Amino acid sequence: MTASLQTAGGPDVPDAPLTPERRNAIITACVVGGAGCIGVAVPMVASFAPSEREKAAGGPVEVDVSSIAAGEMRIVEWQGKPVWVLHRSPAMIASLKNHDALLGDPDSKRNSNYPSPDYALKDPSTRSIKPEFFVAIGICTHLGCSPSGPFAPNENAQLGDQPGFFCPCHGSTFDMAGRVFKDKPAADNLQVPSYRFKSDSMIVIGEDQKKSA
Amino acid sequence: MGLHATQYKGLLGWIDARMPSLMTAFRTHMSEYYAPKNFNFWYFFGSFALMVLVIQLVSGILLAMHYKPDANLAFWSVEFIMREVHGGWFIRYMHSTGASFFFIAVYMHMFRGMLYGSYKKPRELVWLMGWLIFAALMAESFFGYLLPWGQMSFWGAQVIINLFDSIPLIGKWLSTWIRGDFVVGDATLNRFFSFHVVLVPLVLLGLVVGHIFALHDVGSNNPDGVEIKDRTDAKGRPLDGIPFHPYYTVHDLYGLGFFFTAYCAVLFFAPEMFGVFLEGNNFIPADPFQTPTHIAPLWYFTPYYSVLRATTSDFRLWIALAAVVLGVAVFTFMRARTRGVRYTVLAVMILAFVFAIVPKLQQDQRLWGVILMGLSVMVFALLPWLDQSPVRSIRYRPGWHKIVIGIFVVAFFVLGYLGMSPTTPTRTLVAQLCTAWYFAFFLLMPWWSRTGTFKPVPDRVTFAAH
Repeated sequence: MTASLQTAGGPDVPDAPLTPERRNAIITACVVGGAGCIGVAVPMVASFAPSEREKAAGGPVEVDVSSIAAGEMRIVEWQGKPVWVLHRSPAMIASLKNHDALLGDPDSKRNSNYPSPDYALKDPSTRSIKPEFFVAIGICTHLGCSPSGPFAPNENAQLGDQPGFFCPCHGSTFDMAGRVFKDKPAADNLQVPSYRFKSDSMIVIGEDQKKSA
Repeated sequence: MGLHATQYKGLLGWIDARMPSLMTAFRTHMSEYYAPKNFNFWYFFGSFALMVLVIQLVSGILLAMHYKPDANLAFWSVEFIMREVHGGWFIRYMHSTGASFFFIAVYMHMFRGMLYGSYKKPRELVWLMGWLIFAALMAESFFGYLLPWGQMSFWGAQVIINLFDSIPLIGKWLSTWIRGDFVVGDATLNRFFSFHVVLVPLVLLGLVVGHIFALHDVGSNNPDGVEIKDRTDAKGRPLDGIPFHPYYTVHDLYGLGFFFTAYCAVLFFAPEMFGVFLEGNNFIPADPFQTPTHIAPLWYFTPYYSVLRATTSDFRLWIALAAVVLGVAVFTFMRARTRGVRYTVLAVMILAFVFAIVPKLQQDQRLWGVILMGLSVMVFALLPWLDQSPVRSIRYRPGWHKIVIGIFVVAFFVLGYLGMSPTTPTRTLVAQLCTAWYFAFFLLMPWWSRTGTFKPVPDRVTFAAH
């Protein structure tokens, strides 16, 4: 090591061996320089995260549900995402009762990836505060496409005789409560956002029910 | 002291005396780089890829002068380029057609490597660097495809970024960090523009230089897989080698004539290539509330996308199959390889087995799909070590190896076709079968690639003057 340093040294390079002082200077320079690099990287990495403006954009949204006829669905924007407000007809509600065996997660037990509020899951078959109004984020839990629907029984080949939603991207299907059918690319049920009834005809999306209680 | 003794005259001599590295580089890589004289059709595609890179850089620089990376303006600025900028349609179609031709050239180039064992020792680094170019090209294409801000742009990006979502623990945070918003939006578009025009092109250029340096250090392979450096003349020049310049520069220029014929035919007569090169839905502005009824990635991604879609929750069966495949791979490795390799493969097999038997890990078939899709791209990088054949070229391998590779090519095309089509239960089953063949082809390669009767490899390349 020392010998090679000496032979490598040109006329301007001191031939002195690597002393502990020199070694310490190198180590110190690397540590300080490395810390500096990490320090500089922090704001650079942070600049990728959503800006304050984008974080603030997700305020609550009010929806007047009295104007949605039974069997119809309205899509509203909340936090830049499509939120479905579906006025379920009695037939649609009835369709949710007897097909647990076909579902991937009928009781919404996998609730960690796409957490839905507890008050919306009290009745696992309807996944809503009131059975006739179903609110869900219309983004497939597989890879984020927006499923189409609602389809009536035998209207969509993938759903067959079940009514529900069908995701065009990878073929996942969901029932009228956003529960995913078995053996589909998606594993999780559609996420229900936090929402509350301000009055009988007015839903506020983005606010928890508990706050109003 | 000072001037370098030069062999050149005039201006070139003046420069060479002061900066000899310029002509040294020319000699090393062009006039005194000896390439095998028996190159065939398959050896055009490297030059083609380089040519497309130049096309993409030039047309891209011009497009960036009119394009606006803003969620409200992007779609219409592309329409502005198409309708109102003089020659704008031509520049835009050059770029979009170039993207597809880039992948055609690269896929042919890679297949050539597989046919003639060009990745085998000592060319592993050439292959690895080439694989990195392939990966960077996929990133470049993905970032670029968001920029027109059409329906396919938007939903394609949404799906691919959501792939990161399935990574346990950090996935949600990671995908938000990549998007810069909770859904694909203006922030995403802006940063993708930056990646597409600055970061990835720089990386690509660096990798291309590395790829060529690595190649020129070890020398080109050839259709016979004969090492031409083993037989040299008195001056150390390979007997079967000819200087790249002028022989192959002229040869490749001739090939470029055919290339440009095909490229221009598409560019002028079918720039959308019937929805394959440019998808119809991308002429509709991005709508975050409405997924098109059928979305598909561009054709060069569809084989891997099919692998993703084939991974349904009844895929457990396939995982078990994979464990068996890996088991056979381990068995072959046990006989041939060093301890380190054996333990690595064993560890991978145990990991796969644990995944296969622990139900909690299986529940998210989405994660499995993403893992398999990632592997289907990455497995190409392992070819130098998977291929245990004693000879390089397919010409001297057992005849049935051609059938094995042939079925792989068919499976690759079928996966590619299925990736463009909507799913049905039958198609999913076919995709699963092709996926199984795809992985079996690679993972069992250590076994099949050295099985059979190999033909004797000649000392010199086969070459008939023409």
